[in-house]
Amino acid sequence: MSELRDLYQEVILDHGRRPRNHRKMEDANFSAEGHNPLCGDQLTLYLKLEDGHVADLSFEGSGCAISTASASMLTGILIGKSEAEARELLKAFVDMATAPTDEEPDDSKLGKLAVFAGVREFPMRVKCATLCWHTLESALNDSNEAASTE
Amino acid sequence: MSIRSESPKLDTERLHNLRDDFPILKQQVRGKRLVFLDSAASAQKPRQVIDAMSRFQEEGYANIHRGVYELSAQATLAFEEVREKVRSFIGASETAEIIFTRGTTESINLVAQSFGRSQLREGDEILLTEMEHHSNLVPWQMLAAEKHLKLRFIRMNDEGELDLSSLSNHFSEQTKLLALGHVSNALGNLQAVQKIISEAKGRGIPVLLDGAQAVPHLPVDVRELDCDFYAFSAHKLYGPTGIGVLYGRKELLEKMPPWQGGGDMIRTVTLEKTSFNTLPWKFEAGTPAISEVMGLGAAIDYLEAVAMENIHAYGKELMAYAMEILGNQPGMRIVAPKAERVGAISFLMDDAHPHDIATILDAEGIAVRAGHHCAQPVMDALGVSGTTRASFAFYNTRDDVDALAAGLAKVREMFGA
Repeated sequence: MSELRDLYQEVILDHGRRPRNHRKMEDANFSAEGHNPLCGDQLTLYLKLEDGHVADLSFEGSGCAISTASASMLTGILIGKSEAEARELLKAFVDMATAPTDEEPDDSKLGKLAVFAGVREFPMRVKCATLCWHTLESALNDSNEAASTE
Repeated sequence: MSIRSESPKLDTERLHNLRDDFPILKQQVRGKRLVFLDSAASAQKPRQVIDAMSRFQEEGYANIHRGVYELSAQATLAFEEVREKVRSFIGASETAEIIFTRGTTESINLVAQSFGRSQLREGDEILLTEMEHHSNLVPWQMLAAEKHLKLRFIRMNDEGELDLSSLSNHFSEQTKLLALGHVSNALGNLQAVQKIISEAKGRGIPVLLDGAQAVPHLPVDVRELDCDFYAFSAHKLYGPTGIGVLYGRKELLEKMPPWQGGGDMIRTVTLEKTSFNTLPWKFEAGTPAISEVMGLGAAIDYLEAVAMENIHAYGKELMAYAMEILGNQPGMRIVAPKAERVGAISFLMDDAHPHDIATILDAEGIAVRAGHHCAQPVMDALGVSGTTRASFAFYNTRDDVDALAAGLAKVREMFGA
């Protein structure tokens, strides 16, 4: 149960139940679709970039507690950050989530997002946590391709 | 049939002994007893199957239908004996009607590519159901796009069952094939195949049954079912991966051109042209999965000894117990609760996503499937992105069902459902 409690920490359960910024954005200047073919989960990320900063960020779609909480916390943390900072966090998050379990992950830059380190014990769930970040990357790159965990 | 009627019923003691035949069930997962409830995805293998394959590789292995030497002759004989076992197991008339494939998916693709491309014309219709596994949908979509065919569907009703209320309306003058699953992989529904098939046969329409989820649980007799094609995989039948079967009625198979070209499927080859081998080898190009065929043979021997009638009866009893226990869980919504079901229960729980349910159960050593079960249109019809599916085999017990119920209590604890 302890590995499970590491995965489903209270903050994750809370964001999973009551996701923040879970809404469509009419005046987004970038958006991207994310899809996890394994479970069928889909999400749309809306991004408003102004003067190189994230003026607003929101998402739509339904998923498991991990993917919903990850998207919710991503939006909360990135609003107000610069595009460069967003890209830096994106790299730090994916590196942490995919780090080997026998290593202490580098979560120095991640702040609250470090709660997702628990997914490393559940390899099939890593993609649930990273889906929204891959989708963010697509949005930042203004990609027309849907982000996929595959 | 004499062996079957002599086989003792699956009482607790016999079942306990059978469980011992499955080495993997002694495993611990995350420090817990393995409770394997995902046999619908792929079943576990008894020692007899594992041993038969390694024994063949150690003592009897050679390519078949080629060598004049003793080892190859023996391997060929053993390989063709398994074809006879399969014939008898599913009640086909002749071994010429038993084609070895890589699995159910390849069996259906063979029919789509060979029967479909040669026999169907622009404007023809194929009747499917909304409840099909992707393997009995996508090959027909691909064929339809190529040949300009129309796909029609028997839909699901609000009860999660096929809506057969106006069955005859689904057929038209243009309907040239009916293809449906014998048992739904996503929901476990045992379809009313007799009723649906007789509607098709009354109009002279050939019928393909996807039997992947039926053969592991029920005695199957293709002549009694009156189907023209029957497809299944060895790996869901407690045998190895990489091998499956297509039964086809000889009259239709003879009309069908070869699907893949290569060795073994030929009679004479010149640089300009080839004359093809007879059935069933016409459809078996290249070196087949020989060791896996031996594994399939061992699986059938095992099942014949236990007797499919016993497995069916035990499965019904275990299913009734599981439906009662799961049905009493708070916040539980079983999909297709009234359907006659075989092998699987698909369910939804308040506030808990199937992926989270499966992870929490995994931490308890319980293996279930979560997601769309390769049947996305079924999920669309239900208006969900996925379900949690617990599927059973004759090596599962009431203890396994009780463990699942205890695991679901942990889910509720976590998600406050």
